[in-house]
Amino acid sequence: MGKLLRPNREVGIVGYGAYVPMYRIKAEEIGRVWGISSFPIQEKSVPGLDEDTITIGIEAARNALKRAKIDPKLIRAIWLGTESKPYAVKPSGTVIAEAIGATPDLDAADFEFACKAGTEALQAAIGFVGSGMADYAMAIGADTSQGRPGDHLEFTASAGGAAYIIGPKSSDTLAYFEASYSYVTDTPDFWRRQHEHYPRHGNRFTGEPAYFHQIINAAKTLMEELDYSPNDFDYAVFHQPNVKFPLTAAKILGIPKEKVLPGLLSGIIGNTYSGATLVGVSAVLDIAKPGDRILWVSFGSGAGSDAFSLVVQDAIEEKRDLAPKTMDYVNRKKYIDYALYAKARRKYIV
Amino acid sequence: MGKPMQVARHWRHFREKYALVGGKCENGHLMFPKREVCPVCGSRNVEEYQFSGRGKVVSWTIVRNPPSGLEYYRPYPLALVQLEEGPVVLAQLTDVDPEEIDFGMEVEMVTRKVREFDEDGIILYSYKFRPVLKPQKE
Repeated sequence: MGKLLRPNREVGIVGYGAYVPMYRIKAEEIGRVWGISSFPIQEKSVPGLDEDTITIGIEAARNALKRAKIDPKLIRAIWLGTESKPYAVKPSGTVIAEAIGATPDLDAADFEFACKAGTEALQAAIGFVGSGMADYAMAIGADTSQGRPGDHLEFTASAGGAAYIIGPKSSDTLAYFEASYSYVTDTPDFWRRQHEHYPRHGNRFTGEPAYFHQIINAAKTLMEELDYSPNDFDYAVFHQPNVKFPLTAAKILGIPKEKVLPGLLSGIIGNTYSGATLVGVSAVLDIAKPGDRILWVSFGSGAGSDAFSLVVQDAIEEKRDLAPKTMDYVNRKKYIDYALYAKARRKYIV
Repeated sequence: MGKPMQVARHWRHFREKYALVGGKCENGHLMFPKREVCPVCGSRNVEEYQFSGRGKVVSWTIVRNPPSGLEYYRPYPLALVQLEEGPVVLAQLTDVDPEEIDFGMEVEMVTRKVREFDEDGIILYSYKFRPVLKPQKE
């Protein structure tokens, strides 16, 4: 039990909520502009002109509150993980806290760890509630990620997010955390320097030493220390920068594809970065049964992974219908062409 | 140096703008925005009131020549929305094509970005309305 992270008191999820913008651009449309014809995904979400990480976080937070059925004033922390903060300096969490009526008796902060920032906020929330410092904390992962026009990241960098309200394990939690584990190394596979518009990445370096090394080690350690095998899990959600990586990770770990597909949305919404596994797990919670066990492993460049073992509880049946389902957002879509996409991503100087 | 932005003027209205918080007087009259004096009965005893955000489009127009600061968003729909509790609100519609808008269309409030004060200024968020989100089938 040496490596696992476990708080003093057991904690779970009292409410969760997702949000994905309605606009989509097909991979062929991006490929048409840049002369590329093989794609990592089918299509990705694009934030509307009036959307950013804060507005995505607000709608996800409101959905989580509807399922939690608690007074927002009881939430004592709102932590947002993102790599696309609307302000370089000024917390995003304060705007979300004000919008959902949680101010002023709470802590708020923005977390950054490339795509892992959302689960990093979640780890902190588990500790905050698990230590008894507070009864409720909200962790959000949301992004409107940027890819350099013409770069292969442009095919996948998308927008979306999800929020989780953590509370002490009880009959009101719809799932509880058995344990978690974090694995971090200094691996420069992807980065964005101060004042730069676009990130850079190490091309092939992003696979083996970065994504797979962290994900596999995090997942294996969590399973070994809990004395579980892949058969003990009913679902697995891995960070999803494309479709191939998470399916390959599952194969290496010996987890069948069928357990991964329900939470694998990157093929149709893209990589929502800090939101990716949080949105994937929300789609699984929308269909999971009490007693199901979910393996949840994020990845953030730089690099590291957070792994969680989550067990679904009875309250899921009553709570899942209290807010829109993740697939309600995923299947609500309007296709736009590259010109409107460029406008939405503010590429025009007017 | 950025241009003056009157930050305080906007900050005062954050609760109203982010979450559609209006007012209710001691005699039960609802108003949006909240006022010091009830416009119906003159009562000065007005408390905050959280509107549900549900409403219907009463009328609308498409703004093609917007005020300065909103040029990048054009064209955008501007509508009178009657909240289910009664008051009528002037607000932008979002996530909707102009041809989809109709009298009586059911809408719900979302909090969105309404403007940015240049590259270095504050970002303002406020209520807008979109067609009510419906459960989707694949």
